[in-house]
Parts: sequence; C-alpha cells; structure tokens
Amino acid sequence: MNIDIRSSCLPPEDATAWLLERWSMMLLIRRAEEAIAAMVETAEALCPCHLSIGQEAVAAGVCAALTNSDTIWGGHRSHGHYLAKGGSLEMLFAEVLGRISGCSGGRGRSMHLASREMGILGTVPIVAGTVPLAAGAAFAARMRGGTDIAVAFFGDGAFEEGHVHESLNLAALYRLPVVFVCENNLYSSHLHWSERRVADRLDRAGEVHGVPGRRVDGNDAEAVYSAAAEGVARARRGEGPTLLECRTFRWRGHVGASWDADVGVERRGELAEWLKLDPIARTAGRLIALGVHDLEGREHAIMTRVGEALERARADELPGPDRVLQHVWAEAACGR
Amino acid sequence: MRTLSYAQAIREAHAQALARDPRVFVIGQGLWSPWYAGSSLDGLDREFGRERIVDSPVSENAVTGLAVGAALAGMRPIVFHPRMDFMLLAADPIVNQAANWSYLFGGMISVPLVIRAVINRGGEQGSQHSQALHAMFMHVPGLKVVMPATPYDAKGLLVAAIEDPNPVLYIDDRWLYAQTGDVPEQAYSIPIGSAAVRRQGRDITLIGVSTMAANNLKAAAALEREGIQAEVIDLRSLKPWDRETVCASVRKTGRAVVSDPGWRTAGAASAIAAEIYDGEFHALYAPIERVTLPDAPAPSSRVEELAYYPGEREIVEAALRAMGASRSVSMRARSARSAA
Repeated sequence: MNIDIRSSCLPPEDATAWLLERWSMMLLIRRAEEAIAAMVETAEALCPCHLSIGQEAVAAGVCAALTNSDTIWGGHRSHGHYLAKGGSLEMLFAEVLGRISGCSGGRGRSMHLASREMGILGTVPIVAGTVPLAAGAAFAARMRGGTDIAVAFFGDGAFEEGHVHESLNLAALYRLPVVFVCENNLYSSHLHWSERRVADRLDRAGEVHGVPGRRVDGNDAEAVYSAAAEGVARARRGEGPTLLECRTFRWRGHVGASWDADVGVERRGELAEWLKLDPIARTAGRLIALGVHDLEGREHAIMTRVGEALERARADELPGPDRVLQHVWAEAACGR
Repeated sequence: MRTLSYAQAIREAHAQALARDPRVFVIGQGLWSPWYAGSSLDGLDREFGRERIVDSPVSENAVTGLAVGAALAGMRPIVFHPRMDFMLLAADPIVNQAANWSYLFGGMISVPLVIRAVINRGGEQGSQHSQALHAMFMHVPGLKVVMPATPYDAKGLLVAAIEDPNPVLYIDDRWLYAQTGDVPEQAYSIPIGSAAVRRQGRDITLIGVSTMAANNLKAAAALEREGIQAEVIDLRSLKPWDRETVCASVRKTGRAVVSDPGWRTAGAASAIAAEIYDGEFHALYAPIERVTLPDAPAPSSRVEELAYYPGEREIVEAALRAMGASRSVSMRARSARSAA
C-alpha cells in the first residue's frame, strides 16, 4: 500500500512560522479559558468547567501533527483539544454558556464538545470513557483504508480504569492507527499520583500489551509535537498504536476557577515550580531568540478575538423548555 | 415460503447485511466458535473474512466502546455478547456513551450500533449464566430494546436494528433457537416499536415478549378449552413499545396478563402494567396480572429451575384469576346497581 505520510508529520519547513502558530494556539486556549474562569467566578457559566491552563502545549503540540479528517477524543478537560483541533472559539463559548448555537447545540456544555467537520467526535467526563471509542474510530479508519488516524486524550487518572488497559491491548492486537495521549498532570482531582499508585512509569503502561510508550516534557510544544508526529506517522504507516505520557501540571483546581485551596489540596510549592515552566513563556522565549519581536501586538489581537467571540456567543439564543424531549433518539444517521 | 430456525434467521440477517453494506462488521466473544453463538453465526467468518467477523479478547467494556467509536466514525457495527450477564461489564459504553450521544451533542452525532445480547439459561447454569436483564436497559433513555420471539421477527428486527441510526439492544434467547417458522428469503425489516397480534380474542389480552410471547400462544390454546377467548400480543420491542396496539386490545377485553421473562420488581411487565393502568383504568374489569420471574437469582438445580421459570401453566392460572376477579367485579357492579 502506498502510504502518504503527509507534510504535517515532517519537520516544519519554516520553524519560526510554525512555532509562532503554536504559540498563538496556546495563547488562544489560555485566554479563552481565563475568560471561562471569569464567567465561572461570576456564575455566568454554571456548568462544571475544567480548565487546562498550564497544559496547553499538549493539545497544541499533538494537534499540529493531525489533519482535519483525523479524529480526536477527549475528556472533561478538553477545551484546549477542541480549539487546537480547529473547533470554533465562538461555538465553544456558546456551548459553555448553553446557547443553541454552541458546538453541541448547548446540550453538552463545557464537558461535551464536538465538531464533526473538524474530526472532534466527542469529549465526555466519564474518566477514560472515550479511550475505547478512539480505538473504535481507528478501527473504522483501518477498515476504510487510507491514512486517517485517531487520538485519545486522557489524564493520568484514566490509567486506573480497566478499559484503558483493555483498549491498549485491542489497539495493539488489531494494529490500530491510534495515538494514546496521556496528559499526566500529576493529580487526579485532588489526589496526587503517589496517593494512587506506587510506580511513576505510565509511559510503560502499554508495554505488556505491545504498545510502545514515550515520556515527553508536556510543557514543551516542540517536544510534544515531535513525539506525537512520530506516533502519528507510525499509525499512518499501519504499524499500530503508540502511547505518549506528557508530563505537565494544571495551574487551576480540578474544576472551576480556583487554585485548589477550596478542596483542601496544598500544592503551592509545587505550583510555583511549574509556573516557571509555563509552556507559553517558554515558546515565547524561543520565538524572541529566533528574532520575533511583535508578540505583544499578536497577543493583543488574540485578546480582541477572544473578547469579540465571547460577546457574539453571549448574544446568542438560549434554548426553551420545549426542547427537553428532542434528540433522545436520532431521526437519521448523522456522523462521519 | 421457506422454513428456518430462529438461529438460522439471525444468521441470515447478518449475512445479508454484511453482503449489502461494507460498513457492517461483527465483533465480540466467540464469533469463530459454535459453542458461543449456536448456529446463529455459523460460518460467517469463512464467508466474510475474519477482518469483519472479529472474535475478540475478553474485554466487554473496551470491545463495546470500540464498537461505539466505530459507529460514531461511520461504521455499522454489531457488537456481540454471547451471555448477557457478562455484558454488564460494558454498562459504561452502552448506558453512559451510546445512549446519551445523540442527546448530549444536540442531535448532531448519532450512534448507529447494534448491541446483540444472548440470554442463555437453564441447564443448571446458575445465576451468572442465566440473567435476562432487558428491563435495566429498557429503563435508559436513548436506547432501543427489541426481543424477538419468532424466526420471522428474529430476522426482521435485526435488519431494522442495523438500519436504525440509534443504539439498539437486540436480545435473543437460546431457548428459542430451535424454533422454526416461515422466513422470507429477501431482507425485510420490522418497524421497531410495533407489536404483533398473534391471535384474536375478546375475553382477555395476553401480552408478552421473547420466550413468554411463545408461551402465551400455548396458554391461549389451553384457555380456549376453558371457553375463554384470549387475544395474544407479542410486543417484539420493549423500547419503544406499542402502547396503541396493547391499549386497543385491553379496551376490547378489559383484562390483561403481562408476561415477562425477567424479574418482577421494576421489571418490563411492571412498567407495561403501570402504563395500561394510566391509560385504560376505566376499561379494566380486573387487576392486571403479571407473570414474571420471582425476585431471586436463577437457581442451579433442575428441581429449583422448574419452580423458578414460569411458563404456560402460570399464564393460564393468571388468566383464570383475572377472569374470576372480573366475574366478582361484575357481580358487585350488578348488586350495586340493584341496590340503587
């Protein structure tokens, strides 16, 4: 079979432009989530919102290796995955605010994001709920032929669910074109990894199943990208799944705008260390070293874009009570 | 018309769907072995290849999740659970994921998935090899649940389940596999949610599903010998179920027995009886009788199994109770009228 590995998996030709694009994406995710955090604080956004602030390099790095027809699957903390895969910013805000113009019609809210056009087939808060689904999308892609792949985003807590291990085995057994991306932010809700397991080697979790794994600095967009691009290329070549453990840290609490103090988690010392590893500041430093000097102007443009998208979303319509019984069943098949 | 067994009819629906639609594939445990699926999947792997007839590892949860994901990505999977008991390990992809997807994503993404579960009981297999768990899934919005009782329906409902844009739980019972009946050769589908009136009668309505629908026909023949004309309705689908057909019959007869191969508390028969009371209370001459399993796990000795599983005799007894009650009710009504 003639397999097209596609340019996205090759080293970027114009490193500066590529890096600028990643920096812009990370900053977009952060400013969008800060806007959501503000709406959580004022109770304008009432649904549970889980912010990925501090972890933006994982979404931005992995999705840079993907095409529109690849699919991604996520969890409760997936605003970043949605935006990085090309989801509409305005539809994200509309969804968080429950507007019918939201990406899930205002039904899903922050934890249920989708965009068929962009290959974002769904995010759900059931821990690791979409991991086997990603394997299923990869199974479908393999049946259809071609080079589409699937990516499952999940947290470190997901490894405590049995079906993640089942999925790793199935993916290896059927040589599925899937990349399992574990965002290890060290905490599952309020529990540190050391309170949940004795071994700190999630990158090896696939080994007994025949899934090669790699540990990556999850706060380095370039490192994430190059590891993801390798896994993606392997999947496109029909060589099966890869597991990435991206080490990172979420700055905010498990849910909402807080910094965890409210749920009795003392992470201040740890957080101070991780703030120094801010993925956006690190990429900005690289850009400045490469001779890019107009980051402030670009940041201002991103802030304006976020503010305008939010205002448009706010103006959109809320659903009425007559919608409660709609869409329990689909009238006709709709999907990919 | 040709005669096929119930198991052969299931096999034929699979074979025709696989031949017609390249998006259809089957995944689950035991697909390459007659031990698990009887003759209901016989030789499909040789006919369509093991890439599309995928005998899976013992991972109910991830295999079912894989089928959900493949459906979302455009395939038409049939995920096979040779014992419904074991399917509980896949409750998350069925209940949390497949059932909710259309609603959660505002009707923009559907899950065209068939989940096939086999009830395989009796034979001293005990409580983890015997369960009929249809009511648990009937409870969940977003799922459709069908339970065919005849070879004709076994084929037609499977075709309908594959064509449906929603997750459909298709439940067949090994006790029905050897039953034979007329089955057209060409593919046909039976609308999900439509019951079949198997026999006309004016005195009492016997409502049932799966093995109990088959028992209802035998009970009706026995009741006829007592001079009672029973109308027999095979529900075929439990979610949605055919309220119109059932209620029209109860309005005519004024009496009903609902027979269910599952447990009593919060069971299918209880749900259907409650709906009949809601809609047709004033048409009833007697309380609705329910024939169900007792609220106990399946036993594992022959003697206890005979006491545990209801059949024709229990349905006849329930029908006679309903008829007796209706006589005393009409007598009370008459004496009330004469007193006035």
